[in-house]
Amino acid sequence: MAVPQPVGVLPEIHAECRDLVRNFGGIAGGHVIEAMGPITLEIRRGEFFSVIGPSGCGKSTFMDVLAGLTPPTSGTVTFEGLPVRGTVPDGVGAVFQEDASLPWLNVWDNVAFSLRHDGTDPAEIKRRVDEAVAFMGLRQFAKAYPNQLSGGMRQRTCIARTMVMRPRMILLDEPFAALDAQTRLLMGDELLRLWRETGATVVLITHALDEAVMLSDRIGAMSARPGRFLDIVETGWPRERDSSILARAEVGAVSSRLWGVLREESQKALDQSGRLAAAREGS
Amino acid sequence: MTAVRKRQIALVGGLLLVIEFLCRVGLVHKTTLAPPSVMLATLADEFASGRILPDLGETLICILASTIIATIGGFVVGLVLNSFPRLRDAVRPILASYYSIPIFAFYPALAAILGLGIAPIIITAVLNSIVGMIIATEDALDRFPRVLVKLARTHRFTWWQQALHLQLPAMLPNLLGGVKLVVAYSFIGVIGSEFLMAAIGVGYQISYSYNEFNVPRMYGLMLLVVILVALANLLLNVPERRFASRAMGRRGE
Ligand SMILES: Nc1ncnc2c1ncn2[C@@H]1O[C@H](COP(=O)(O)OP(=O)(O)OP(=O)(O)O)[C@@H](O)[C@H]1O
Ligand SMILES: [Mg+2]
Repeated sequence: MAVPQPVGVLPEIHAECRDLVRNFGGIAGGHVIEAMGPITLEIRRGEFFSVIGPSGCGKSTFMDVLAGLTPPTSGTVTFEGLPVRGTVPDGVGAVFQEDASLPWLNVWDNVAFSLRHDGTDPAEIKRRVDEAVAFMGLRQFAKAYPNQLSGGMRQRTCIARTMVMRPRMILLDEPFAALDAQTRLLMGDELLRLWRETGATVVLITHALDEAVMLSDRIGAMSARPGRFLDIVETGWPRERDSSILARAEVGAVSSRLWGVLREESQKALDQSGRLAAAREGS
Repeated sequence: MTAVRKRQIALVGGLLLVIEFLCRVGLVHKTTLAPPSVMLATLADEFASGRILPDLGETLICILASTIIATIGGFVVGLVLNSFPRLRDAVRPILASYYSIPIFAFYPALAAILGLGIAPIIITAVLNSIVGMIIATEDALDRFPRVLVKLARTHRFTWWQQALHLQLPAMLPNLLGGVKLVVAYSFIGVIGSEFLMAAIGVGYQISYSYNEFNVPRMYGLMLLVVILVALANLLLNVPERRFASRAMGRRGE
């Protein structure tokens, strides 16, 4: 467990999902796609929680519902005790799977974008943006435009933009999916540093098993679509940690337990997409 | 100056010299083509005497009016079509084949209804150019990344804030491409209409000179059209270069 809890005291719940289901389509008699659920999950304040699952299982949908970007078809989400439904609550920050950097603004202005639109004092904007840009290792690129940057630097810009808002819960949807494995490990270290220094709750969505194992306090393994949590594994890593944790013996145990769950589900997801392709060809 | 630009200038300059030579030695008859130096001299004289100024003013007013109407109109129509997908699907094939219709064919009818003034000319030019802007607007809206809608929602932006702070700047390079098309097609629409039927205008003066066998003046005024188009392009390239500089590693200001 990341934050040592006094014996007998339950960890504080930061966000809670109850019987969450999200379907798509079905309007005007169309075909209904069950994207996700039912999901019942408690996310603890200050923990690093990763969601891992086969492709297309509903991970992004889960994040959208948790963040309040889309309302659930049924079930409830609460954040800090208040219901979330279709609007993003104050204190929640999100980094998306797709590149969301703004090509017409340089890195510094990209990072400042959010603050400029919520009435923050200019001196405070400058302080926070300078800090976030430095933290994400972008200082030399502050004046560069996104299309002059690598995919990793663009994602870091987006993370910095979310960071300056000081969210109490940060949701990240496969922010490093486009990066090579080594860079991803290093970005993971930075994410851990961010998590430790801000004290925020982090929910990371990933399809990389090693990444989830290395970074998380807890890892939720999702089923093939419609995604449900089949197993939630506690890693028990210390709060002070980095990618060198991969050298630990316990990593193998955690990984193989997750893989045991994911193997079958990934196969199912593959069959699903195969059937989909076959159906498309047939029609 | 880049090597490519130098070569371009050398090519055009060389071509002009060749034409000048061919005309001067009489290999090309003077009723067919005027030497470039004569074109320039007649054009200079048109300005010095002030003879062309009323026509030039009329033509520029028509082009400007057409550009403004087609830009704003095309943008609005594009937005409207985008918010009604059914309408958009219905209209799309028409837009796609629009430029196979010779718009000029309707100009005489417009002139018959509205009389020989600037109205039928502007209408023809707008009809000729507006679809370029509609298509550019649709294209820009299509390219707007869905993830930026999510970004707007995490900031709890209003519809207006999303349009102003995200959609408009994201669409700007595409919209600018539309404006360039509108300017080019407005030129064609206005000058072309003036050729066909008009009482005033640069296009009218060109066709008038042709009917009068005033070859040097005809070519001089054609040169004027070329210069106007080049100036318009130069002007429109300024913001475009600004967008491009962001991709080239320079700051865009
Ligand atoms: N807006 C939508 N309309 C219809 N279907 C959707 C929509 N969004 C997602 N889906 C479907 O829901 C399912 C889950 O999608 P989602 O993007 O949540 O999966 P994912 O686990 O994030 O996938 P990936 O690993 O590719 O990121 C997919 O089958 C997808 O096609
Ligand atoms: Mg996804």
